[in-house]
Amino acid sequence: MSACALELIGISKRFGLVKANQDISLCVPVGTIHGIIGENGAGKSTLMSIIYGFYQADSGEIRIQGQPVTVHDSKQAIALGIGMVHQHFMLVDEFTALENIMLGAEGGALLHEGEQRVRTRLSELSRLYGLEVPLDIPVNQLAVGVQQRIEILKTLYREARILILDEPTGVLTPQEADDLFKILRTLKADGVTILLITHKLREIMAITDQVSVMRQGQMVAHRATTVTSMPELAELMVGRKVRQSVDRYAQPTGRVLMEVRNLTVRDKQGIARVNQVSLKIAAGEIVGIAGVSGNGQTELLQALAGILPFSEGEISFAGQSITPKQPVNAAQMRKLGIAHVPEDRHRMGLVLPFAAYQSSILGYQRVEKYNHGLTLNDPAIRTEYTGRAEQFDIRPRDPFLGSNNFSGGNQQKIVLAREIGADPQLLLVGQPTRGVDIGAIEFIHQHLMDMRNEGKGVLLVSVELDEIMTLSDRILVMCGGVITGEVSREQANEQILGLLMANALDTNDQQGHSA
Amino acid sequence: MKAATLNKFLSIFLLPVLNILTAFIFTTLLFLVIGIDPWEAAKILVQGAFGYEEGIGYTLYYTTNFIFTGLAVAIAFHAGLFNIGGEGQAYIGGLGVSLIALGLGSFLPPLLLLPLAILAAAAFGAAWAAIPAYLQAYRGSHIVITTIMFNFLAASLMVYLLVNIFSEAGQGMPASRAFPESASLWTWQTFMAKWGVEFAASPLNVSLILALICCAAVWVFLWKTRWGYELRTVGANPEAAIYAGINPKRVIILAMLISGALAGFVSVNELLGVQHRLVLGFNTGYGFAGIAVALMGRNHPLGVMLAALLFGALYQGGAELAFEIPSVTRDVVVVIQGLIILFSGALEFMYRAPLQRWLLSFAREV
Repeated sequence: MSACALELIGISKRFGLVKANQDISLCVPVGTIHGIIGENGAGKSTLMSIIYGFYQADSGEIRIQGQPVTVHDSKQAIALGIGMVHQHFMLVDEFTALENIMLGAEGGALLHEGEQRVRTRLSELSRLYGLEVPLDIPVNQLAVGVQQRIEILKTLYREARILILDEPTGVLTPQEADDLFKILRTLKADGVTILLITHKLREIMAITDQVSVMRQGQMVAHRATTVTSMPELAELMVGRKVRQSVDRYAQPTGRVLMEVRNLTVRDKQGIARVNQVSLKIAAGEIVGIAGVSGNGQTELLQALAGILPFSEGEISFAGQSITPKQPVNAAQMRKLGIAHVPEDRHRMGLVLPFAAYQSSILGYQRVEKYNHGLTLNDPAIRTEYTGRAEQFDIRPRDPFLGSNNFSGGNQQKIVLAREIGADPQLLLVGQPTRGVDIGAIEFIHQHLMDMRNEGKGVLLVSVELDEIMTLSDRILVMCGGVITGEVSREQANEQILGLLMANALDTNDQQGHSA
Repeated sequence: MKAATLNKFLSIFLLPVLNILTAFIFTTLLFLVIGIDPWEAAKILVQGAFGYEEGIGYTLYYTTNFIFTGLAVAIAFHAGLFNIGGEGQAYIGGLGVSLIALGLGSFLPPLLLLPLAILAAAAFGAAWAAIPAYLQAYRGSHIVITTIMFNFLAASLMVYLLVNIFSEAGQGMPASRAFPESASLWTWQTFMAKWGVEFAASPLNVSLILALICCAAVWVFLWKTRWGYELRTVGANPEAAIYAGINPKRVIILAMLISGALAGFVSVNELLGVQHRLVLGFNTGYGFAGIAVALMGRNHPLGVMLAALLFGALYQGGAELAFEIPSVTRDVVVVIQGLIILFSGALEFMYRAPLQRWLLSFAREV
């Protein structure tokens, strides 16, 4: 049982200045589920890419089933029995499951023959592992959880005995994640070795046998899951004790700041991404919007921020009525007192080539205090930035450093400092801690909570249920562009939210309304 | 030294210098192949460009044109636009200059006429750039395609106007009648004489000062004003611009208007400064060379100035070279320019990775 299915000995890899992996050694015993946990940028993805042949290690050795191997490309990795399920699926959307699985393993110039072979083999595999998928429907018509099963089948069809899963639950509802774990346990029982890459401690505790912790390119600890705990793992990941709570004061909610009525946002094809959404945000509350990524939250947030035009409905804010006929752009929204921390700080929140202090006025470049006369008042901008960098602990402090040279957490702090610093009435926040290290997460959460405690309104869009449940006073759940339910802070649990996220909760209440 | 400082040093100083040196090494090889003594050629080239006052005058006169078109390309580039149309914008700018000079030249004193003519150069150049800008911003037609097409349109239009409207009766030349005396800029010779300094006669004129002012103005605009900030935001990250409430369409129009106006200034140097009449093809080559100048100058006004000087020297020194050595034709000079563009443009980062590694190993030892 102690034989290693996969063994790494002293793997190192550097990219320019960055030591992505330093002297990593690891043994994954046959037929176990091994978790690899670490913050963003800890080197997990690099390590997996080395195993799968995307990168070559600068030094070190990989052994598969005891044999030293060199993996030059993914083809070789597959031949060695390694299968990988990427965080972003590698499927051709228009192809059926069958075609996707065959892709690259057609076995001849004519498809017909291969098709029969694949079909037979797949039905065996499906039976064996309980991986039922419809084979003849284009994958873009299938749920995300099913697509993931196709990815797993793809690797099994190629005789994978070592399965690497990179952040597999990122796009799943809690229930779908449970289904996935069931499948993984069946595979394990059959002797498949599984490597699970994740940043979610809960999953590590739920399913793995052993866990290895990475920090700053190094493997800092190996633990048997049964003898470790979430706080210990969190501490190992961050390198210091982590406080997992925020200061929340009970307070009555104030007047309604923003009211949204029947908002509909259509994409270029005319499909309603946000469909008749109504909600209210009051002073002194955090309203959370939960949902699996891609269910209209992005569009809703952008419409409220004045970035995306909406086709129907009305937004009332600060006595102003915003309708499709009288739209308001992002600059005007800011003037009204709405600040916006976008979901994707690289794509929207920052201008990466700009110095940090320049990114710190993005959206506020016309504000009087940043200008004198015709020119920008650079000294004043820098002074203010320096103050905020201190207050938000942005590291390094250097205002001239390019925005792209900060870590994810510090970039997020630059954005957050700018938007909170503008002293808005309402803060719209999307995925505030995506790609942010754990140490910064508690900090960011505390700042959002402070906004609420000061009597400001906060709309929080996040795919992390923990985050939603930690911060929100009320939780709205979106699925397929509509709000499928509202849950108070007290009622909220993963079960209910998960069902709402899949739009599978049939409460009597709802039936009563629709009848 | 910190890695960031090293990188900056590398890309601002070391890489351009190495790239130009490489181009010169290849030029040397080329000269050896066609049987020219490279040392002799280099001496003639440098001597021709900087060795005597008239040569310097010519060099700086070419430099002036290159600054205008280089800045035009650079400012559009900061907005994420590749303006290939400097050639046509310069040409149409000349139309504006000529209309003012010929139309109002007999009524207005120079102090009024010249600023008006300069404004007309800017306005006409900007107007010619405005159409592709509009098509890009509101119709999604790619600016590279439309500006190239507008070069051809400008050329055809100007030929038509010169042959059918501007050319004097009885003259077989596609050129307008001469501008009135009041419509000419001081030559550098005249200008220096006002200060009591003698300078040899050359096409160099006070447009050079306008070019230097433009350099400073572009720098201030891009890096010191909110409009420049918005322009660079649109260029670097259009989605962030929309997030910030900046309208990218308007910024595209603004950037191209300024770009076209700068290109239009070529006609100030050429027509008000040198030709004193509208002539066929006075713009030829400057618009395209401006792309190389901007590329080499890293789209920074200071870099554009230096690159323009290098190109100016090559133009003048190259002409001298063609004159002195019979086996060097005008084409050889074009080849040298081509090599410079190849190594500092297309192969800009050839040395980057090895140099970075080398510098880093050095940094670690320190």
